[in-house]
Amino acid sequence: MSMPFGYVSPEQVMKDRADYARKGIARGRSVLVTTYTDGILFVAENPSSALHKVSEIYDCIAFAAVGKYNEFENLRQAGVRIADVRGYQYDRSDVTGRMLANTYAQVLGTIFTTESKPYEVEITVAEVGETSAGDQLYRLTYDGSVADEQGFVAMGGNADAISTKMQQGHHDGMPLAECLRFAVDALANADGEQRSLAAAQLEVAVLDRTRPRRKFRRFTDNQLEQLLSS
Amino acid sequence: MDALADGGKLPGAFFAPASSSFADFLASYRPDLLPSRRFEGLQGMTIDAPHGTTIVAVTHSSGVVMAGDRRATMGNVIAQRDMEKVFQADEYSCVGIAGSAGIAIELVRLFQVQLEHYEKIEGTTLSLDGKANQLSLLIRGNLAMAMQGLAVVPLFAGYDLDADNGDRGGRIFSYDVTGGRYEEHSFHSVGSGSVFARGALKKLYRDDFAEQDAVLACIHALYDAADDDSATGGPDLTRRIFPVVTSVTADGFRKLTEDEVAQVTQRVVDERMTSPGGPIAPMGGAS
Repeated sequence: MSMPFGYVSPEQVMKDRADYARKGIARGRSVLVTTYTDGILFVAENPSSALHKVSEIYDCIAFAAVGKYNEFENLRQAGVRIADVRGYQYDRSDVTGRMLANTYAQVLGTIFTTESKPYEVEITVAEVGETSAGDQLYRLTYDGSVADEQGFVAMGGNADAISTKMQQGHHDGMPLAECLRFAVDALANADGEQRSLAAAQLEVAVLDRTRPRRKFRRFTDNQLEQLLSS
Repeated sequence: MDALADGGKLPGAFFAPASSSFADFLASYRPDLLPSRRFEGLQGMTIDAPHGTTIVAVTHSSGVVMAGDRRATMGNVIAQRDMEKVFQADEYSCVGIAGSAGIAIELVRLFQVQLEHYEKIEGTTLSLDGKANQLSLLIRGNLAMAMQGLAVVPLFAGYDLDADNGDRGGRIFSYDVTGGRYEEHSFHSVGSGSVFARGALKKLYRDDFAEQDAVLACIHALYDAADDDSATGGPDLTRRIFPVVTSVTADGFRKLTEDEVAQVTQRVVDERMTSPGGPIAPMGGAS
């Protein structure tokens, strides 16, 4: 039996798409999401103070992403809309990270298989709980896979090296300043080159469970310098 | 209806660029959730529902104070005696509502989400004027219901972070049922007892008020409103139901604790034991 001209096996199609997405994601700088005593810390290497990689979605939920800006910005805005509609329609407490992660998984999965090109993004949906036991980190990849991560998530070009570095020193109950210094060090030096990242090159935010209602807070360069030097 | 009804795809509305208005998004995606659409098809009927009453706001040297009584009425009946009618709108503003209580509370909820939604989508907050205009739009959307007797009359106040050094940060905006927006100076009041409250504030207000003076003036004004308007609830000392008092300054929004309000209210009530009409304004020499 002869194959029709131009036939490509489904395995090959999926592999090509995955390779394409992975390459796109690997080009970008990394983002690290990690738990600390009072919540969840987001550290991104991002010199822009206007184009964010980390943002607030809802009271206890935030979003971090790497990859193509217009694609993850689309997802972020959709997430804000989903959360706000749901919170308005039901109650603020009915908006959960799990719901949002599920929706993103469906959307990314559908785009991966049906659109002409997959989204070149990797995202983390983080939800801070009343206690550290309630903290949730959902990592979502370009094909819609979801993983419920413990402790930290590293995404982007250097993700593997950063993860290795984090595994060596990250533990539960780290105070904010210590956790931040450790995370910045991991981002800067994971691949062996000795770099130093100044406050202006970083985008840092937290979901702080001690805050009332809206837990998300972004740090300014000044606050960041103080934290890094404390 | 779920966001993912269409086989794993989000409806296009979720990805539409350049819409930072939550109300506009709802109008395109779920118009049935908008308070103004809830009663479509009921034209020509008037509906009897609980009404909220008096709200007062007073500016002072470091911001603005807003307070409201706790009563909701339905005709001659007290529908609720501990209703809260003053809410935080966002970090630097608050909104009080008079009129049809059910719709007003829903409208406030929509307004709160509207401001937060803008903040999250755009990554920056609206100016105080921008917020006041947003509320205008929401009130205008409710006009059809106002014609059926379900009018909502809010009072909006906030701290203007863009205020020049010479200007005072605390600003007050009032509205009519058509969404008309009017900036008020120094103090204002809305609701059924507002005539009496405003009369009281006119005599009590001073330009050099500090926050606690503004709080005291608000409690006096609400007392006077309750004194002459049956729909406004006075302080209920037996049940310990006191007015809701909120304050917005450069440090943000704050709702005064029940103890703080109880203390001021007790002082006002004690004073009225000997002077039922409240503080007597100096009139100047007649001779």
